[in-house]
Amino acid sequence: MNIVKIDFDRCKECGYCIKFCPKGVLSKGTKVNKRGYYPPVVGEGCIACATCARVCPDTAISVFKEE
Amino acid sequence: MGEKVFMQGNQAMAESAIRAGCKLYFGYPITPSSEVPEYYAKAMRERPEEHITFIQAETEVSAFNMVAGAAATGHRAMTATSGPGFSLGQEAMSYMAAGDIPGVIVEVMRPGPGDADILAAQGDYFQAVKGGGHGDYNNLVLAPYSVQELCDLMQESFELAEKYHNPVILLSDATLAKMREAVELPGYVDEPAPADKYNALRGCGKDKEPHKVVTCGDGPVQWEQFNLKLQEKFKRIKDNEVRYETYNMDDADIILVAYGSMARVCESAMKMAREEGLKVGMIRPISLWPFPEKAFEGITGKKFLVCELSAGQMVEDVKLAVENKRDVSFFGKLGGTTPSPKVILEQIKKI
Amino acid sequence: MKTIYKRPEVFTDAVTTYCGGCGHGIVGKLIAELIDEMGLQDNGILVWPIGCSCLSDRYYKMDAYMALHGRAPAAATGIKRADPSKFVMVYQGDGDLASEGMAEIMHAAIRGEKFSVIFINNAIYGMTGGQVAPTTLMDQVASTAPYGRKADTCGFPVKMAELLANLPGVIYSERVTVNSPAHIAACKRALKKSFELQLEGKGMSFIEILSPCPTGWKVSPVKALDWIEEQAIQEYPLGVIKDVEKEDA
Repeated sequence: MNIVKIDFDRCKECGYCIKFCPKGVLSKGTKVNKRGYYPPVVGEGCIACATCARVCPDTAISVFKEE
Repeated sequence: MGEKVFMQGNQAMAESAIRAGCKLYFGYPITPSSEVPEYYAKAMRERPEEHITFIQAETEVSAFNMVAGAAATGHRAMTATSGPGFSLGQEAMSYMAAGDIPGVIVEVMRPGPGDADILAAQGDYFQAVKGGGHGDYNNLVLAPYSVQELCDLMQESFELAEKYHNPVILLSDATLAKMREAVELPGYVDEPAPADKYNALRGCGKDKEPHKVVTCGDGPVQWEQFNLKLQEKFKRIKDNEVRYETYNMDDADIILVAYGSMARVCESAMKMAREEGLKVGMIRPISLWPFPEKAFEGITGKKFLVCELSAGQMVEDVKLAVENKRDVSFFGKLGGTTPSPKVILEQIKKI
Repeated sequence: MKTIYKRPEVFTDAVTTYCGGCGHGIVGKLIAELIDEMGLQDNGILVWPIGCSCLSDRYYKMDAYMALHGRAPAAATGIKRADPSKFVMVYQGDGDLASEGMAEIMHAAIRGEKFSVIFINNAIYGMTGGQVAPTTLMDQVASTAPYGRKADTCGFPVKMAELLANLPGVIYSERVTVNSPAHIAACKRALKKSFELQLEGKGMSFIEILSPCPTGWKVSPVKALDWIEEQAIQEYPLGVIKDVEKEDA
């Protein structure tokens, strides 16, 4: 399974990753981080395109592909 | 080293700067300082082995900031300007003091205020010495009074700027700049490699601590600490870089106080007075900041006559130095005329 | 597991002071990626402006110079002329470059200073609370134009990429944006081109980046991306405005 790691406290909830994920893997989270933002949660179906990582203004996302 | 030449103040000073390793000149033409950029412009093309770079900046604001950028890399850099241009550079001088940047600035004073005129004046004492820029900072200010001193202090300015990580101002005037005198040009100077200098911007790579020039605060607590550290720097300069010369002080009844080209006039007036049996001495500040207060210590029962080409600026520091407990008179000349020694002599007799 | 994407090495751990969705964050990341890919940490000096990005020295393990407002091109001239072998990046917002520093950028371009200029155009003054910028659109609301930008006192929006392209000292001028993955990739290509031109010692390159400012424009981040597409790009078209190497070929 491919992995999307989100740095929980770095996220500022801009929503770009959710908007641009081609597979709709990310959705709005319900847990608040220490800055008062709700980082996204990662669902299933990630293809490790890393679009989310590339659009994130806080470079809060890392992506790993299963080999 | 050792060559004696008959040379114009501005040009001799420029040559001394080149020999001090200052290969970067950024400046905007303004009378009476323009011979300095012209000298560098010529040297850049005629002496390629010295790798001189001369950029005529678009404004003094830019020129001062170019000096700051270059000096931040550890390379010696300077600009020369006059009153209006120096006013434009005030923000950058405050910045350089805050950023520990060893920029060297020559101000060749001419009359103000406004566009004014182009002969010698000393009305920029306040803006140089008190600092016309914002915030609590000081610049080391040196005031030569001959072409020889212009050359010697020009070289020292770079050393002092690097010693204290602070701007140094060499305060000249139109007369010193344009006059020609016999001068022994200083030699070439050995200086450390730019990348080895304090906080030099050099490209840190993976294994060196990054060097940064940052003068932005981060809240009052941090910013107070930053300022206290700067104040320590200024105190070190104050404790160590006081310079002045005294003449005929022991038996003097009247002590002239003057700097720069006015000191040349007063020196002659003092000699004329002595020939007439008047007991006149002189204190010539060479560092204007730090002001040589200790030159005035312990002098009682004498009258001071402060002579400036202004409405009276250094006289305030003289009064401070004597704690307003002494007899301090002032003679000033505005507009760009330099009085003859005879005029000063008349003033001496009036006291 | 193969790493497809992780934080660039040159980044420190600092969290930026940028608002959520800020274009500075995206561009700052692309710069970090390029520093890693092109080995610029060894030899690079980053010159930052006064504006929202003024604290950027904290985000990179690099030598940095935080310039006075508008003066980055002048400071960078001093730095690059002192040592032409250094890689010098000039990064400025619209107040810094097109207002306070208009003389500095014009004359750096006139002289053809051999550094890379990155111009972040968000059509407003972010850091100081949303005042009018030279690049604010006609009728766009700002705190010093509460009824919208009007020509009688504010004149007209200025197109810096075109203005500078007119100067022979500028060898490359392109306008890009970061409001979609495709545009972000194009932005990175433009930045890379600019950095390569500097490493080749060629001349001044200028990359203008239309940048989302949700806080300044008073919209959500995602809406800010739409605003760029619907409004900003209409005033400031994307594309290569000047490429001297292509012209000579």
